[in-house]
Amino acid sequence: MSIETELLAGTIEGAAAALAGGATTSAKLTQAALERVAAVDPKLHAFLTIDEAGARGQAQASDARRAAGQSLGVLDGIPIALKDIFCTKGLATTCASKILEGWVPPYDATAWAKLEGAGAVNLGKLNMDEFAMGSSNENSAFGPVRNPWDLTRAPGGSSGGSAAAVSARLAFGALGTDTGGSIRQPAALTGLVGLKPTYGRVSRYGVIAFASSLDQVGPLARTVRDAAILLRAIAGHDPADSTSIPAPVPDYLADLEAGAKGLKLGVPREYFVEGVDPEVERAVRAAIEVYRSLGAQIREVSLPHTEFATATYYLVAPAEASSNLARYDGVRFGYRSPRAKGLLDMYRKTRAEGFGDEVKRRIMLGTYALSAGYYDAYYLRAQRVRTLIQRDFEAVFREVDALVTPTSPTAAFRLGEKIDDPLQMYLADVFTIPASLAGLPGMSLPCGFTASGLPIGMQLLGRVLDEAMLLRLARAYERETPWHARAPAV
Amino acid sequence: MQRSWETIIGLEVHAQLATKAKVWCGCSTEFGAPPNTQTCPVCLGLPGALPVLNAQVVDFAIKAGLALGCRVNEKSVFARKNYFYPDLPKGYQISQYDLPLCEWGTIEIGTGDEMRAVRVRRIHIEEDAAKNLHGVGEGVSVIDYNRGGTPLIEIVSEPDLRSSAEAMEYFKSLRSILIYLGINDGNMEEGSLRCDANVSVRPRGETDLRTRAELKNLNSFKFLKDAIDYEAARQASAYEHGEAVVQETRLWDSAKGETRSLRTKEEANDYRYFPDPDLLPLEVPEARVAKVRETLPELPRAKAKRYAQEKGVAAADAVIIAGDPAFAAYFERCLEAYRDGKRLGKWFVGELARVLNEKVTSLATLKFSPADLAALLKLVDAGTISNSAAKDVFAEMVETGEEPRKIVERKGLAQVSDASAVEAAVDQVLAANPSEVEKYRAGKKNVIGFFVGQVMRAMKGRGNPGVVNDVLRRKLEG
Repeated sequence: MSIETELLAGTIEGAAAALAGGATTSAKLTQAALERVAAVDPKLHAFLTIDEAGARGQAQASDARRAAGQSLGVLDGIPIALKDIFCTKGLATTCASKILEGWVPPYDATAWAKLEGAGAVNLGKLNMDEFAMGSSNENSAFGPVRNPWDLTRAPGGSSGGSAAAVSARLAFGALGTDTGGSIRQPAALTGLVGLKPTYGRVSRYGVIAFASSLDQVGPLARTVRDAAILLRAIAGHDPADSTSIPAPVPDYLADLEAGAKGLKLGVPREYFVEGVDPEVERAVRAAIEVYRSLGAQIREVSLPHTEFATATYYLVAPAEASSNLARYDGVRFGYRSPRAKGLLDMYRKTRAEGFGDEVKRRIMLGTYALSAGYYDAYYLRAQRVRTLIQRDFEAVFREVDALVTPTSPTAAFRLGEKIDDPLQMYLADVFTIPASLAGLPGMSLPCGFTASGLPIGMQLLGRVLDEAMLLRLARAYERETPWHARAPAV
Repeated sequence: MQRSWETIIGLEVHAQLATKAKVWCGCSTEFGAPPNTQTCPVCLGLPGALPVLNAQVVDFAIKAGLALGCRVNEKSVFARKNYFYPDLPKGYQISQYDLPLCEWGTIEIGTGDEMRAVRVRRIHIEEDAAKNLHGVGEGVSVIDYNRGGTPLIEIVSEPDLRSSAEAMEYFKSLRSILIYLGINDGNMEEGSLRCDANVSVRPRGETDLRTRAELKNLNSFKFLKDAIDYEAARQASAYEHGEAVVQETRLWDSAKGETRSLRTKEEANDYRYFPDPDLLPLEVPEARVAKVRETLPELPRAKAKRYAQEKGVAAADAVIIAGDPAFAAYFERCLEAYRDGKRLGKWFVGELARVLNEKVTSLATLKFSPADLAALLKLVDAGTISNSAAKDVFAEMVETGEEPRKIVERKGLAQVSDASAVEAAVDQVLAANPSEVEKYRAGKKNVIGFFVGQVMRAMKGRGNPGVVNDVLRRKLEG
């Protein structure tokens, strides 16, 4: 096994040390990553676009910087990959939709621009549910992604390609987006650390919108430290995104090793209910005991409006999506139906042929929720419930520093298992949605395996802008447990 | 029959704000650039692009609100108005809906006893659409996105206007205010100022409003007036024939001189307004409003009142002069050299406005100075030239820029006020018309007019009318 292959199975920090010490180069590391993508990805279908030339160019530039003594830091020369929802200048960006097939953005998303500015190497664009709508990655217009732990199972979604690529050691880390759980749920189902920051912590500029008031960019990584490194690189105010928060970015690695002693952890009873797989519940409860043993105070808390979160989400998110997706009209970019005659027909056929079923379903849901006569009953009421859910969290965060819950009610489910039952699929995000509605940071980290060898994730939820607390708690647990070190045998 | 109908009008005016950059991006707003050269991911609505509010747009809109006496809301909200059209790249227009920036102001129209305050319900910020160009090739339409994302304010009146003339006056008055504020260039041809009219009619005495039609494409004062007149007559006629008037949008066809239905209420879009999640609510603290207030210039109505009260300008003239900032500034420069505001005002509204209009020229290109104009009026006051001669001199000044005194000398336009010269002419006329002299002396005093005319003719129009009259009376009665 070459040193690069060995490094590829490890962490960003490990590779960065090898690069810094001259044990390898970014060009070699990137080549090894591209070779592994070529060998493994046909089984997974995590990548929609592999940018060999771009990656090699970036790697060479990184090596040249390093040779000149101008390394940009820990991410310089590290191969990562991006969910295909991030606009990349000169590189096709599809959002896994036929309607954007072949579209090449003339500009970069801020999050990618920041990573690029930190020296990261982009291997390519990762598969996802079309327009980030889905929890299994089966809604990709270009075919599903397979879970590296069991190729018959879904990697979760919508950032399923990101999760599969990092889990299968094709890339050191990846950027995903999370609207109702799209980073955390796939991270849980593939044994990764996935962090959805506070709404507004990372710029949405250049991230193709699904639901603007919920969408948030975050990292998927193999360790807590790697997640912290990636978050530190992409977080911060962006004048190009009016909803990004103008608050300074702390060094997320500074207090990372400070442990859990004396911290107060809440266990919300609404997250341990019927429908949670017993193996999942057992693993999460065991994790809570680990925290107790580390000196954290554990107390049961209540978030009484939790049961309304999924219904609320499926009004707010589709409503925004119905408007956000109006720009895919065949006029300026992307797909235009060749069969259309006249303007109205062009709109109808372009959108009928260009969008997949789930996207159409949500556009219709959202259009309905915003329609005259229904707005008050659906959209407005959902916004009020959203406020109640936020208040639930505000109340418990006066008592505790963070919450511990399961990330997903089950481990990875089989491809095809839920695809014909949208409601069952929507319930896959029942524990991740509330924090999305409240705009709070949430994180998933590995906390065990099922008897059949599938990863289980637990979720940590924190106060606004308190990603550092989540990372610290996650790291405290990670230090005590072996789960993160296990890799799928793909 | 039509006289028994009252017309009810409310206006919606769209004014492009004269900012250098668009409302949500940094692209230039300059008119006339080659198509699609002033665009970026944001104003093209590319996937992932996000709007960022141009702060100057807000200040300009606040300025408009303050000038119209509006309340400036501390919190207002940007909303998406959703509909599909190729000139609307995002598939929605960012506008303001239930929480606009400014509410409840007034615009004064009329003068003296006729003065009325027309209520302005709201002013909100929104973005302009791009421009569709049809018929470029057969069955081909193309789109120029340069205009897309240009900032607009929409100024919505209450249905307080009662005639096309009032509507026109309201629009003119509003236009004048916007130009004064320097936030809009008032150019209706290029579409930087546009007007829609909501028109309904009702029998005089009825208090409830009837169904209205919204008239579009009124891009001149004349079209506004003609369209309202046509539409009011059409609706009145419909009621008189027992037909219904339906709520609809109608387009003014200036070539045919008629309005025609564009879409009825049933065909209208459900715009599905909702707060734009890409933009935070707009918060305008009192301090910001105060800062903008400091930048407000003297507004046309206040200026007109000052001209009337302090300078003696006739009220109606004052409104016209003050209506245009350049005109008003020129008036004030002339006032420094010529104190009689009333006479100066008459001259401005009569001769100067006519010349500017006919010659399609501007004050900046006039060849004479305010001092020359003052000198001309002084020549009339001194009796050196007659009022009608002054008009000829003025025409010369416009053409050549020559000093009025020199024109008077060169053309020999000075009045003859010398009694002996007048007497000679009078004697000549009286001698030639003995029978008319008899009539006068028999008591038919109005024959004097005939004599004045004859004398003036004999003097080639240069006789001082006062002196001519005096001499005539003295000779006839003496």
